[in-house]
Amino acid sequence: MKRRDTLKALTATAFGAAVLPAEAAAAPPPQAAPVKVPGGRLREEAVKDAKLMAERFFTASELRTVTILSDFIIPADSKSGSASAAGVPAFIEFMMKDQPAQQTPMRGGLMWLDSQCTKRFGKKFADCGRNNQIAIIDLIAYPEQALKDMKPGVAFFNMMRNLTATGFFTSQMGIKDLGYLGNVPNKWEGVPADVLEQYGL
Amino acid sequence: MNLFNIKEQPQVYDAVIVGSGAGGGMAAYVLAKAGAKVCLLEAGGYYDPADPKYITQMKWPYESPRRGASTQLRPFGDFDAAWGGWDIDGEPYSAVKGTDFKWFRSRMLGGRTNHWGRISLRFGPDDFRRGSLSGVGDDWPIGYDDMKPFYDKVDRLVGIFGSVENFPNEPDGLFLPAPKPRLHELMLKKAAANIGVPIIPSRMAMLTQKINDERGECFYCHQCNRGCYAYADFSASSVLCKPAVKTGNTTLINGAMVREVLTDDKTGLATGVSYVDVATMQEKQIRAKTVILGASACESARLLLNSKSPRFPNGLANTSGVVGKYLNDSTGASRGAFVPALMDRKRYNEDGVGGMHVYTPWWLDNKKLDFPRGYHIEYGGGMGMPSYGFGFGMEGMNGKYPTRNGTMKPAGGYGAGLKDDYRRFYGAYVGMAGRGEPVPLETNYCEIDPEKVDKYGIPVLRFHYKWSDYEIKQAKHMQDTFEQIISSMGGVATGPKPDASTNYGLALPGQIIHEVGTVRMGNDPKKSALNSYQQAHDVKNLFVVDAAPFVSQGDKNVTWTILASSMRTSEYIVDQVKKKNL
Repeated sequence: MKRRDTLKALTATAFGAAVLPAEAAAAPPPQAAPVKVPGGRLREEAVKDAKLMAERFFTASELRTVTILSDFIIPADSKSGSASAAGVPAFIEFMMKDQPAQQTPMRGGLMWLDSQCTKRFGKKFADCGRNNQIAIIDLIAYPEQALKDMKPGVAFFNMMRNLTATGFFTSQMGIKDLGYLGNVPNKWEGVPADVLEQYGL
Repeated sequence: MNLFNIKEQPQVYDAVIVGSGAGGGMAAYVLAKAGAKVCLLEAGGYYDPADPKYITQMKWPYESPRRGASTQLRPFGDFDAAWGGWDIDGEPYSAVKGTDFKWFRSRMLGGRTNHWGRISLRFGPDDFRRGSLSGVGDDWPIGYDDMKPFYDKVDRLVGIFGSVENFPNEPDGLFLPAPKPRLHELMLKKAAANIGVPIIPSRMAMLTQKINDERGECFYCHQCNRGCYAYADFSASSVLCKPAVKTGNTTLINGAMVREVLTDDKTGLATGVSYVDVATMQEKQIRAKTVILGASACESARLLLNSKSPRFPNGLANTSGVVGKYLNDSTGASRGAFVPALMDRKRYNEDGVGGMHVYTPWWLDNKKLDFPRGYHIEYGGGMGMPSYGFGFGMEGMNGKYPTRNGTMKPAGGYGAGLKDDYRRFYGAYVGMAGRGEPVPLETNYCEIDPEKVDKYGIPVLRFHYKWSDYEIKQAKHMQDTFEQIISSMGGVATGPKPDASTNYGLALPGQIIHEVGTVRMGNDPKKSALNSYQQAHDVKNLFVVDAAPFVSQGDKNVTWTILASSMRTSEYIVDQVKKKNL
């Protein structure tokens, strides 16, 4: 504690009611660390994003499940790495805080999945072996084939599939994989000749 | 001592302008260039798309923690240039039960021109006389010939690309070269031609060639909505407000939320405005010989209705009682489609300009249809930069089309096969959106809410707006046309066809952000607030230069007409001052 702060603390505590009436009426807001405002952000946006970053939504156990599921959905292949290697779990964590309406379907979906696994295999999803994990995922990953009582799982898995795909293909790794070649200054000269020919245009 | 601590500025400006968007920015530009001392008031903050402090252009999705998803402050995505949106903290509005209106505002220098799609269509001769042509609605007090010289000047000053087409009621301008169509646009053009729907190069306010030393040339990043650090697209902040300030004749005050127009009770003339300095919440005043409102259609109406005095008990410029009435927004309906022929596309950079390279102007005769006004069609698609939402809904797609080896598989899924699906479906979608002309109705209006105020203590707006059968039938026609185009190009429309239960997908009033008409002009002071120069019938030194004066809006996005009519009014003001009439 700095000397100035020590004195302040002494004034307020050791000497009892030595505060001005105005201070007593409204406690000063807690001192947050000053937020650095990045380019392209308004201060209020930087403050909000810093606050969301500091919060935690997923428990360690939930995050483990989200990570496993995201890598089932987008695994590494010959072209690029997996969802977790592209930072998808952290992106999903942020979106839960940024769009709180997603929290209940996500948390509830994870709970539903664990309860199903516990019923079937005596263990939560993350603690199941790979074969059992695949067995349960196969029951919820194909909406048109899924049994009626698996529908909550289907809805949850659709949500996970969407968030994983968006998180992956908006990452540096995913954009490279996809082959998006824009976002660079250029001169548009029209559709390449070989493409015109391919489509008979 | 003044109870409310009102600060009076002693200076008397030649003009005070409220709002720095297309209308206010143009007025500041013309008047300052003519040597007038101008005070330009903007409720929002300063903005310069070339200042790194504000730049969002050329950022990658992963530079946003939400990957470009929308926020309350940026409803069109985390990189969109415009600050504000439908829902601004402390600035409420409402719609009475059974009616709707969504009010989009941009609180920043340049206003909504920072958000705008840059589609820049002139009204045609017929658009000024729909009343007499169709028997529904009203004519303007001016015609295309009055506006043409100003459209020409705006083309030269601001810059617009397009092509000379001699298309009926779609006047050609002084165009820079139009960019060539993208692949899906060529496919759309061919498909639409087969069913008699024309598609021509779009007309938009980006510089495909350099026009002066202050502004650069388009470098085809597709991100005009993020603001352009080369100033190669039009926004009022870069193209009008900054040059106006540079003359030395314009005092720009940001964070100035205007409360009312002040008048002299004896002469009935406007004497200036009072505003709330949003940083200090202090009330201040600006004195001026002429007051010009360019705050946006609804905000200008609100200002006039809130400017009550013993002499003007119904609000200012409102002897006719027409202020707030005839509020009308473009109609809008859209449909998307998947184009199987575009699966597994070759990759190349097809960003292009920020928006479509082609569009469909209104091509039919309403006399042969069951609705009285037309629409144009805007097109989207291509291999765009992925952002939040990319890949959503794959479970509705990948079960319907064969895999690379020609077999079918169940929808949804996971794993390497699914990962490959995202690559295969990338860039294989098109979208189309109709933007139509509504019939302005007296029963669609905004008024002052008798009970509510915003955080500045300014009474807020309450809306009454319902679409009529005219617009609903037009939306139905749009949906039929979209399906025909999609079918003609071998596409598969996404989702069910919007039907009567949703008004055929007709957007809610306000959602297209083309609202006009709340302070209409006309020759009869009993039926209009402004004369044909957008000058108040009741108060000769009061003008409105946004879209509030417009009697109707054509099926043309109105920004180019705001620019042209604000320029026309501003030149009229200069002329009237010279003639000592003002």
